[in-house]
Amino acid sequence: MTVHELRTRPGDAKRGDASDGAVLADQVGGRLSRVDGPAKITGAAKYAVEQQLEGLTYAVLVESTIAAGRVQSIDTAAAEAAPGVLLVLTPDNFLPLRTATDWLGTPPPAVAYCPLARSITFSGQHIAAVVAESFEQAVAAAALVKIAYDEAPAIVDLSDPKAGDGIAVDAMTKEWGEAETAFASAPVRICNAYNTPREYQAPMEPHGLIAKWQDDQLTVWEPSQWLDGMARTYAEWFGVPFENVRLVSPYIGGGFGSKAFAYGYGAVAAVAAKMLGRPVKLAVSRPQTFTAYGGRAATRQTVALGANAEGQIQSIVHRGVNETSVDGMWVEPLGSVTSVMYATPNFSSRQNVVRVNTVVPGALRAPGENPSAFGIESAIDELAYEVGIDPLEIRLRNYAEQDPHAKKPWSTRQLREAFAAGAEAFGWSKRTPQPRSMRDGNQLIGWGVAAGTYPVRRAYGEAVVRILADGSVEVESSSIDMGQGTYTILAQTAAEVLGVPAENVIVKLGDSRYARAGVTGGSRLAGVMTGAVHKAASAALDQLVGLAISDPASPFHTLQANTLVVANGRISSPRGNGPEVSIAELLSSVGRQHIEAKGDTMPANSTVEDRYKNYTTIAMALPHTEGDYSRHSWCAHFIEVRVDEDFGTVRVSRVVSALDSGRLYNPKLAESQWKGGIIMGIGQALLEEGIVDRRHGRIVNNNLADYLIATNADIPDIEVISVGIPDPHSSVLGGKGVGELGIVGVAPAIANAVFHATGKRVRDLPITLEKLI
Amino acid sequence: MRDFSYLRAGSVDAAREAAALPGAMLLAGGTTLVDLAKCGVAEPETVVDITHLKGLDTIAVDDRGATIGALARMSRVADHADIKSRFPAVSEALWQAASAQLRNMATIGGNLMQRTRCPYFRDPANFPACNKRSPGSGCSAIGGVTRGHAVLGTSEACIATYPGDLAVALVAFDAILHLGDRQVAVDDFFLPPGSTPEREHAIEPGEMITAIGIPASAAARRSTYLKVRDRQSYEFAAASAAVGIEFEADGRTIRDLRVALGGVATKPWRARAVEEALKGKVLEPEVVRQASLLAVEGAVDHGANHYKIELAPRVVARAILKMGETA
Ligand SMILES: Cc1cc2nc3c(=O)[nH]c(=O)nc-3n(C[C@H](O)[C@H](O)[C@H](O)COP(=O)(O)OP(=O)(O)OC[C@H]3O[C@@H](n4cnc5c(N)ncnc54)[C@H](O)[C@@H]3O)c2cc1C
Ligand code: SF4
Repeated sequence: MTVHELRTRPGDAKRGDASDGAVLADQVGGRLSRVDGPAKITGAAKYAVEQQLEGLTYAVLVESTIAAGRVQSIDTAAAEAAPGVLLVLTPDNFLPLRTATDWLGTPPPAVAYCPLARSITFSGQHIAAVVAESFEQAVAAAALVKIAYDEAPAIVDLSDPKAGDGIAVDAMTKEWGEAETAFASAPVRICNAYNTPREYQAPMEPHGLIAKWQDDQLTVWEPSQWLDGMARTYAEWFGVPFENVRLVSPYIGGGFGSKAFAYGYGAVAAVAAKMLGRPVKLAVSRPQTFTAYGGRAATRQTVALGANAEGQIQSIVHRGVNETSVDGMWVEPLGSVTSVMYATPNFSSRQNVVRVNTVVPGALRAPGENPSAFGIESAIDELAYEVGIDPLEIRLRNYAEQDPHAKKPWSTRQLREAFAAGAEAFGWSKRTPQPRSMRDGNQLIGWGVAAGTYPVRRAYGEAVVRILADGSVEVESSSIDMGQGTYTILAQTAAEVLGVPAENVIVKLGDSRYARAGVTGGSRLAGVMTGAVHKAASAALDQLVGLAISDPASPFHTLQANTLVVANGRISSPRGNGPEVSIAELLSSVGRQHIEAKGDTMPANSTVEDRYKNYTTIAMALPHTEGDYSRHSWCAHFIEVRVDEDFGTVRVSRVVSALDSGRLYNPKLAESQWKGGIIMGIGQALLEEGIVDRRHGRIVNNNLADYLIATNADIPDIEVISVGIPDPHSSVLGGKGVGELGIVGVAPAIANAVFHATGKRVRDLPITLEKLI
Repeated sequence: MRDFSYLRAGSVDAAREAAALPGAMLLAGGTTLVDLAKCGVAEPETVVDITHLKGLDTIAVDDRGATIGALARMSRVADHADIKSRFPAVSEALWQAASAQLRNMATIGGNLMQRTRCPYFRDPANFPACNKRSPGSGCSAIGGVTRGHAVLGTSEACIATYPGDLAVALVAFDAILHLGDRQVAVDDFFLPPGSTPEREHAIEPGEMITAIGIPASAAARRSTYLKVRDRQSYEFAAASAAVGIEFEADGRTIRDLRVALGGVATKPWRARAVEEALKGKVLEPEVVRQASLLAVEGAVDHGANHYKIELAPRVVARAILKMGETA
């Protein structure tokens, strides 16, 4: 087993460019490059299914080819007789598993769990699996499994006449004032429907795992955004103690919300491994990633805005619908941005979910906020044109000085600053308001603006910090780095607290044996983990200084100081009047191999159960409006598009975004994340859509040649501007969320720019050429 | 596991002999063949590797035209100085195709032989009905998702689009395929689906493409390939046009015009009606736009692909006008 540890490289810990001011790269706030970069670029980083294990076997899934009905029979004879086949799993011979606690912490019903289905609720559902000595043998044998069905009519999607209005989700209702009456009597009214299609996370690294049992100890190598949550699921499925399951996930090739849970195929691999007594690898194929777990649900919203002639909003009436599966519940909170972005005396938002024959949808970068922003940020643009004022000006006229829903002050809201900085850098004042008023030959040029927001999700964290005999420092946490920079910012945090160069800090992540961690989702990890590491490192520093002062063998013992300074890996007295020794020298003189401190940010009176719950469910997460403040990050996107007037093709030619994520732990990495979000938003606006065959209820573009995500050629230079200030109410070190913020508001900014370019308002994503031709 | 034999051909004759075996398939860059094998569409009994054959990757250009060996990589042909200057449409069709990685791997022989991207064709497990794959089984696409399907040259049996770009430029300039002993015009090489969509090419078992010949012409020298798609790169054409033009001495009157369409037809589609309508005319934007409408004469849509009927003439017109501008 290799140890996953990363060290910063000498030379990185220099001063960055002028933009990082006085902050050293190896302190919090410095522009240290990703410490995991070289391992990934050189191929040294080993991903989950690349582990080489003795006696490895290969599992391949067999999926339903109908969208609704029942499995009549499964004929496995030919598959079992095929060369190399070790096992064919079906619902009939699957080990009895228990249902596991869900991510919210809901106690599970006492029913058995079987990920292989007899009752079919979507096309692509797992029905059987074949395990063989080689991958190719398993693939060939999987094709020999013959399934007979009783097919039933399927509800294909939200527009299916059979779909109906769905189920009201009362918990999503937000209302104040008299929204409908106020809308009816408003001098200016607009009301339109906005739709977003099924979208997929499409991470570079497809899903999959290797499962291996040793007696009743299970090890799972699987890309994971939540080791402890997934370990708990595996443990509960098999009825073994949590400690018996080890999840290993040092590197993750992108998750975007899709890698936080153990899914049915994980149970298949773990059961097969148990039955065979051999390790099993199950790689989900790219087409299977479209149905083995859910992408973003398709959504429909109507947004009604009532305003006065000056464009001041008097009422917002919002109705939202998202699809969910036949027997699972996914709510994509569509009123989340609608209810916080603008001040309004009257407001009503309600939401339904509609059951259709799909895999249960899941989280995809900014679930809820992303489609919500498409609705409200398109609608306010329409209102601006209706009353004839500038789309930026109308946003300022309706600026919410406090959280209109929670009725609490913002912890920090630098949105006005974002509008100002973005507009200035973009040159917004040169915009001519009329649609089709800017062109370059055949290209119609459009400028659009939209705002975005994402709540600050908070939780408690834990970390171990160790000062080793050679003066280097180790940080351990079962949290993960899926590219967002955890390895790097935790090294910076420990380095800053302990006064050592970042290159002397080794960060170990991605193993559930390390100090526990909650989910990496909702942009919470950086705030949670920098806080925990800060605390653990401070405790380690206290121990170090304590030893130096009081240990009789310490060179500082005679100094009778009550504090010492640690900088650059060396200890000295504040006045410089005593000895100066390296950390290694001190540890050696006092005869210590290492100093270790565990730190967590849990409330002091937390019980063992509280802790377990905090790390393995989201039940302990703190609401963003808890206490006296409402906490959010904010952004404003200014986007230029060029639309070919004959072809209807849209190209984004310029993006300037100003963002408020509070204090940035590492501006370089935060900027990359913002840009990543913006890039994904460009794909969402113009390209991405799961296309369903209505007769078969099946996604037909389930591969990366046909499900289009943005390529480099689709992406112009993107300028991002940080307008955040430290927010002490949001996290220990003052940061707010980064990862999801960037995508929120990109699609409406593009749709608004397309309207400005063409005079055509596209309210259905993606904005493909036939909608403009 | 589906076993197949692998044969590395030592000579063109040996390759052709092996290719005549039942269930044999030639392997060039493998970017189509391996992909289709993974989808369960291609199930070769014997794979005949031709990548090591000597002398099949040469590119020779002189005043009579270009001869390009079947094993020349897409990227090399696209980058070739004489192809760029004498047949710009060919170079442009190639560099706008697929991705850099694929172009470095794929050969132009294989490129011509690439199969349709019809999603039903590519998913036998879920869609057993496909006349192209199993004759007589029906067509899953008709009545299904048809956004990418053809509007020209379709039949009741099949509406699959020919997806390639290079072949579009080749039909525009009357290229000839060398199939060892015989030669066939590219336009005749690609067959419309009719009632036998499984038969896509006028090639017999035991034949292989050895080279492509493109006759030199003034129209080819002044040519372009315009590809329109939602994604700026790495996507098949929603509609494309290869256009070449030759003017009379006055620099305005069209002496020769070549127009072919991609992304909208079941085969690389020569639009002779547009050519005839404009030959002898003075190049005027409105005249060109009107004539370009002839490109989609007889087009039939299947709902979601209707936009192609609007789009294709605009692409043709833009390409012709662009070639006029450089007069
Ligand atoms: C994701 C993706 C996107 C793509 N996008 C585009 C695009 O935008 N535009 C475009 O034009 N193409 C595109 N392609 C297709 C690509 O150009 C072809 O896959 C490639 O050109 C095939 O060449 P190859 O040498 O790899 O052929 P192979 O895969 O080796 O062979 C393809 C077929 O041709 C046969 N064959 C090969 N050589 C010969 C020969 N000399 N004589 C007779 N038969 C032969 C083989 O038996 C096989 O049936 C794309 C492909 C992929 C996978
Ligand atoms: S269009 Fe042609 S290739 Fe596609 S399913 Fe129909 S017959 Fe098959």
